[in-house]
Amino acid sequence: MRGSGRDATMSAHLLAELTVFVLAVFVGFEVISKVPTTLHTPLMSATNAIHGIVLVGAMLVAGIADPKLGVVFSMIVVFLATLNVFGGFVVTERMLQMFKPRTPPAAVRDGSRQP
Amino acid sequence: MTSDVSATQTWIDAAYLLTGVCFILGLHYLSSPRTARFGNRVAAVGMLIALVATGVVLYWGTWWIVIAPLVVGAIVGVYSARAVKMTAMPQMVALFNGAGGGAAALVSTAEILQLISSGGPLPIDQALTIMLSSIIGSISFAGSIIAFLKLQEWMTGRPITYPGQQFVNAIILLVALAAAVLVIGNLTPGAVPLDTTTTYFIGLAAALLLGVLFVLPIGGADMPVIISLLNSFTGLAAAMTGFVLSNNVLIISGALVGASGTLLTILMSRAMNRSITNVLFGAFGAVKAVGGAAAPDSSGGNVRAASVDDVATMLAYANQVVVVPGYGMAVAQAQHSVRDLADSLEKRGVEVKYAIHPVAGRMPGHMNVLLAEANVPYPQLFDMDDINPEFPRTDVALVIGANDVTNPAARNVPASPIFGMPILDVDKAHNVVVLKRSMNPGFAGIDNPLYEEPNTVMLFGDAKKSVDALNSAVKTL
Repeated sequence: MRGSGRDATMSAHLLAELTVFVLAVFVGFEVISKVPTTLHTPLMSATNAIHGIVLVGAMLVAGIADPKLGVVFSMIVVFLATLNVFGGFVVTERMLQMFKPRTPPAAVRDGSRQP
Repeated sequence: MTSDVSATQTWIDAAYLLTGVCFILGLHYLSSPRTARFGNRVAAVGMLIALVATGVVLYWGTWWIVIAPLVVGAIVGVYSARAVKMTAMPQMVALFNGAGGGAAALVSTAEILQLISSGGPLPIDQALTIMLSSIIGSISFAGSIIAFLKLQEWMTGRPITYPGQQFVNAIILLVALAAAVLVIGNLTPGAVPLDTTTTYFIGLAAALLLGVLFVLPIGGADMPVIISLLNSFTGLAAAMTGFVLSNNVLIISGALVGASGTLLTILMSRAMNRSITNVLFGAFGAVKAVGGAAAPDSSGGNVRAASVDDVATMLAYANQVVVVPGYGMAVAQAQHSVRDLADSLEKRGVEVKYAIHPVAGRMPGHMNVLLAEANVPYPQLFDMDDINPEFPRTDVALVIGANDVTNPAARNVPASPIFGMPILDVDKAHNVVVLKRSMNPGFAGIDNPLYEEPNTVMLFGDAKKSVDALNSAVKTL
């Protein structure tokens, strides 16, 4: 992919990627603007987990025959991104477990409560 | 390229598309408390699809370089996410965010080292996106670590300022930008006696330093803005990494997160009636300290302290009580006690509502999560705009560890540093009870005239202990 004589294709390629980026930004604004304040913390936490997608990039630079970052740094980059993914999703799940609608009878509430 | 490889690549790209769809749907489902959990799981499934698809193209001769940190990262991530207390959520999110930013910067570092070693001038578009991803990712990484240290209180939560701070930050930013221009323009070692690799790492170091320095002057009360901003930065860094790797799933996901983080940042600053620049460069606490010093000394002046029994009686015979929680409730971990008190009051027929200011606490929606943890049903939580008309018919507004968000000076003292910030109109309630540790003006350093209002009484002490005492007193009435 890299080499000489690819200027025209490369800029067309970049433009295609830029299109995806810009459209995704608009989708992001559109989807997020509907989230109520009550859910802002889980939303932030979920998007936090989603940018853990950089783990794909981390795997791609670490999982090659001769990683340019060396073994230690390659492992660090995968570790950091994995931490982001797993920590992010689990924290969000924990937050969302707590959001419950009103459970009317007091007896049920007491029964379901953590000691 | 053989047709085999390109066929594989097509399948992987299709999988990535599916991942993008899962993320968008997941975020869509997050817009209602009923479907939010499902949304989070849809997003997680999307992530899994991307990871499996990526696994197909990896070189598995040295599989342990990928698998070992993957396993360790998963164990550490899951364990810490499960073990962390709900009150420590903001710093946990900050830490995970920093990890993502650091990973994005390192991926770009790997790419530029690869490009440099393959010789010849760097392609401009590659170099540009690499520099953007490295610089933004590094700022996010270092900034998140400082935010974590501040929230964890391993470091003072107050703004750290020194003379010439903006100037120093500007110089460091210039160094980072200069390094970026030199690398992108292939000006090394021509314009400077440094090779490209050295210049790149100088830029990276400057960005890391900048991340540290730009969060240092941010006070605890501004953390909701900073946390969302850093989240948005990591999203952008991930998107830039996507450009570097020509990987659509990174571009889409990064753009989604960048957009959501930006939107939340704007919402948070708007809730404080301040611009983002003011939050970033205003060193709010420091500004306020000046305002506070100019104001007449009012500590203890017309402030009335009440006893637990007085307040308990007031609450027990009220028709409607509105609880106004703030960061103080989080610090004292009083949310369960608050819920118990509300239960006792409801048993006596008192209507209990919760008023949530958008920037109460240390991250967007912080109070909502804490109260949800204490099993407070979310229909009882009211946004500022919905609850403000309720205060005139509220018998008691119970302010628990909230300060600035209830300060009427924001409405009627143009000289006040927080003038213009939308607040909860607790002073319009028939009675206001403020639970507070002491008359210490606290984080903000500005006086709160609310405490001197004739309808306000103070109940001093630790929020949790006070609420527990109130609860037992209410039960005996």
